[in-house]
Amino acid sequence: MLSAESLKKIDREIAKYPADQKQSAVMAALVIAQDEKGWLAPETMDFVGGYLGMASVAVYEVASFYNMYNLQPTGKFKLTICTCLPCGLQGSLAAADHLKSRLGIDFNETTPDGKFTLKEGECMGACAMAPVVLVNNKRMCDSMTNAKLDTLVDELVDRIGKGA
Amino acid sequence: MAMLKVEVDGQGLEVPHGSTVMEAANRLGIFVPHFCYHKKLSIAANCRMCLVQVEKAPKPMPACATPVTDGMKVWTHSEAAKKAQSGVMEFLLINHPLDCPICDQGGECQLQDLAVGYGGSASRYSEAKRVVFHKNLGPLVSAEEMSRCIHCTRCVRFGQEVAGVMELGMIGRGEHSEIVSFVGKTVDSELSGNMIDICPVGALTSKPFRYSARTWELNRRKTVSPHDSLGANLIAQTKQDRVLRVVPLENEAVNECWISDRDRFSYEALNSSERLTTPMIKEDGHWREADWQSALALVTKRLGEVKAARGASAIGTLVSASATLEEMHLAQKLTRAIGSENVDFRLRQSDFSADGKRVGAPWLGMPVADVAALDRVLLVGSFLRKDHPVLASRFRIAGKRVQQLNIIHSSDDELLMAVANKAIVPPNELPEVLGQVVRAVAEKKEQPVPSAVAALEVPDYARKIAASLCSGKAVGLFLGNFAEQHPRAAELHSLMQMLSDLVGARFGSLGQAANSVGGHIANCLPGAGGLNASAMISSPRSAYVLFGLEPELDCADSAQATKAMRDAEFVVAISTYAGNATEYADVLLPLAPYTETSGTYVNCEGRAQAFNAVVRAAGQSRPGWKILRVLGNLLELPGFDQESSEAVRAELGAQSGWAARLDNRVNGLAVSLGSGKSHALQRVADVPVYFSDPIVRRAESLQMTRDARPPQARMRASVAQKLGVSAGDRVRVKQAGEVALDVIIDDRLPEGVVRIAAAHPTTAALGAMFGELSVERA
Ligand code: SF4
Ligand code: FES
Ligand code: FES
Repeated sequence: MLSAESLKKIDREIAKYPADQKQSAVMAALVIAQDEKGWLAPETMDFVGGYLGMASVAVYEVASFYNMYNLQPTGKFKLTICTCLPCGLQGSLAAADHLKSRLGIDFNETTPDGKFTLKEGECMGACAMAPVVLVNNKRMCDSMTNAKLDTLVDELVDRIGKGA
Repeated sequence: MAMLKVEVDGQGLEVPHGSTVMEAANRLGIFVPHFCYHKKLSIAANCRMCLVQVEKAPKPMPACATPVTDGMKVWTHSEAAKKAQSGVMEFLLINHPLDCPICDQGGECQLQDLAVGYGGSASRYSEAKRVVFHKNLGPLVSAEEMSRCIHCTRCVRFGQEVAGVMELGMIGRGEHSEIVSFVGKTVDSELSGNMIDICPVGALTSKPFRYSARTWELNRRKTVSPHDSLGANLIAQTKQDRVLRVVPLENEAVNECWISDRDRFSYEALNSSERLTTPMIKEDGHWREADWQSALALVTKRLGEVKAARGASAIGTLVSASATLEEMHLAQKLTRAIGSENVDFRLRQSDFSADGKRVGAPWLGMPVADVAALDRVLLVGSFLRKDHPVLASRFRIAGKRVQQLNIIHSSDDELLMAVANKAIVPPNELPEVLGQVVRAVAEKKEQPVPSAVAALEVPDYARKIAASLCSGKAVGLFLGNFAEQHPRAAELHSLMQMLSDLVGARFGSLGQAANSVGGHIANCLPGAGGLNASAMISSPRSAYVLFGLEPELDCADSAQATKAMRDAEFVVAISTYAGNATEYADVLLPLAPYTETSGTYVNCEGRAQAFNAVVRAAGQSRPGWKILRVLGNLLELPGFDQESSEAVRAELGAQSGWAARLDNRVNGLAVSLGSGKSHALQRVADVPVYFSDPIVRRAESLQMTRDARPPQARMRASVAQKLGVSAGDRVRVKQAGEVALDVIIDDRLPEGVVRIAAAHPTTAALGAMFGELSVERA
């Protein structure tokens, strides 16, 4: 179900915990699974559950608790903008509006060409540098003015064009 | 251990270390409002309803999760406590729909009750309430109104801790939390109905019961489950002489507060249209309704004719093992008074060589409650989870502490509990494997090796099981239903006895049916020269009296039983349902089921549990003891003038004497162990949980569950490969007869076996539950 490479990574996570506590590795395992598959389909969660010896629904509990796990397929790039109060006070809602109109989608939607998904996020611990946008859970972009947002989108479109 | 002094609402008491404030309050009889707390489940402390005031604590503390400290002072009803509780209630009601008028839980809802005590009379919240989508959890548990859920997670913890399988979970976070099953899955646990009981609100309700009555319209009557040897205590809730719902009656010594889905939902069959409600007579091949008088007169006449022509021994009586003690007593009395010794209730048993060598009635060997205190257990030949769902949960919970469970069986079914060691072998090798363990234990204990097992090798698994058993202080050895049905059941029994002597353990049998122990107490067994259940079938009788059974499904050899019935000159079926009896019987007499008669079951621990009818008998059905008594009268036999079921029971002597008759020992049984190996494919037959008796077989909702799927031919991948078949293939299975089944690959089975369930019409033609069979592609 997951590639040998991912399983090796998961095994390394499992090794960090006592042998009878394999399920402690669930969050890391889900990250690894999501990196490989792009999102956590029910089969993927089921597989992770089986691999860690825990109930599938318990995996589902974890996967649905945290925002950064994708329970639906996303576009090539998932842009998550923090809309919590501190960011909100510093213009993140306007920034979100700008992204929405630039991409032509609302929160939790994916562009028809499958390039972008827009998500609302929660405090990323970077309130001082609002608005904050997270690209595919891994790259944090701060102080996002409309111009910077456009540059970011252009850059990402460009990368897709180059086959990234 | 030192006791802690605590004062709750001004009353002092001492509690052991580790007690919570909730437990202390409960011991004083003080009620602390709560939702998530349940005495049988772990502490979650997530509902916050139980907040109380504790001296020197700056804020209110949850009583369920606050351990008592020495000298602690607690107020459960002070201003501060009440304010905290009302605050929590206000929050709980924010998102709770006020749909009590159309909610099944209305009238028995903890939230409703507590809202009366702690809620405001009007809501300060006028914003939109959240909506939670309904879920389909299968045919038994309804989750149609999940907006009502207060996220106490009792249902989740029940699954994890008691049922042993986490089928529900809480996904999402905060306001988006929801109780769900895993994407697209149903709740399939055989204990799932208990979630309905413990759900404090109307989120999880009973699907079969939904909208059929309001709780306050129902009468509540105590009764006892007829479905397994535990004898779970039940409350049947009735309205206008119909059982509309069954819930547990708490009895710590028997079923605690749980019952199985079989106990809970089988009542649907009591109201089924398949009920036989009038006596019927077959005349020239056609059935017609009759009155009791003429039906009984015909029975008397025909039995008399058979006796006159071929002697009384041409008559055989087969009695269901879930018949009451009174019915069993009268059935054997009647048969004996006619002059026949052919009477038996051990319908699925095939080895009777222990008969006449038993010291007493076989039983569990200990009280049910002691099971949890065992630290080492050996279970031989048991589909534990499906045969004894509630008893299994005791093992499961004990297994989380110190209990080590060892298994010898022919299928490695998922028991949802920790198993220390196991030996999974084909049925014909079970005695040898048990013998190996006996030898290993003898060697370990440096005791003389019993000669019967002296020639056996001791493989690794036997050594491990022996080591586990020898390391225990409280050891229990149990024979399951499969072991009792085994063609070498008596040898298995003797080996268990040897083992128990060597280990110093208690041993017993789990018991196949509600009244398996009662059958021995009532002596519903063949006497000298009489035929046992199997012999009555293999050397067919001219006339049969069938009491509460369907021989084609309930006997050890379904094919032979069917033939014996068809060939018999005269068959009277005293039965709750007509079923297939219309094909072979000559007279059908409608029998009142357990809810419509008074009677007694003696459960596996030897506990006699008497019960009364909870509703009037349907149509013209009559309690079994009355039918048998009147038959006795019409046959002009002496001793059939009892006025009540109590009077019938009184003939069995004082109940206090019954306990002394419980004894698992058998004397002087020869055990001859060989290699046991065979090259032919062996059948492994289970009795599926929802086909175990005539009532459950007709329980509509249970029949829609996964456990009620029709039997398949299950085998290991390697067996399938040898046979050249693969999963999903249709195969022809030949034993005594032939049936076509689908192949399922099941690597939990040993080599050399095909598992095909018994007790089902589609496999009845195969015949015996044990034996060799052949499989080929259809
Ligand atoms: S469904 Fe019932 S038992 Fe389960 S969490 Fe909700 S309220 Fe509690
Ligand atoms: S609130 Fe947006 S990063 Fe903290
Ligand atoms: S009962 Fe104590 S927090 Fe729920």
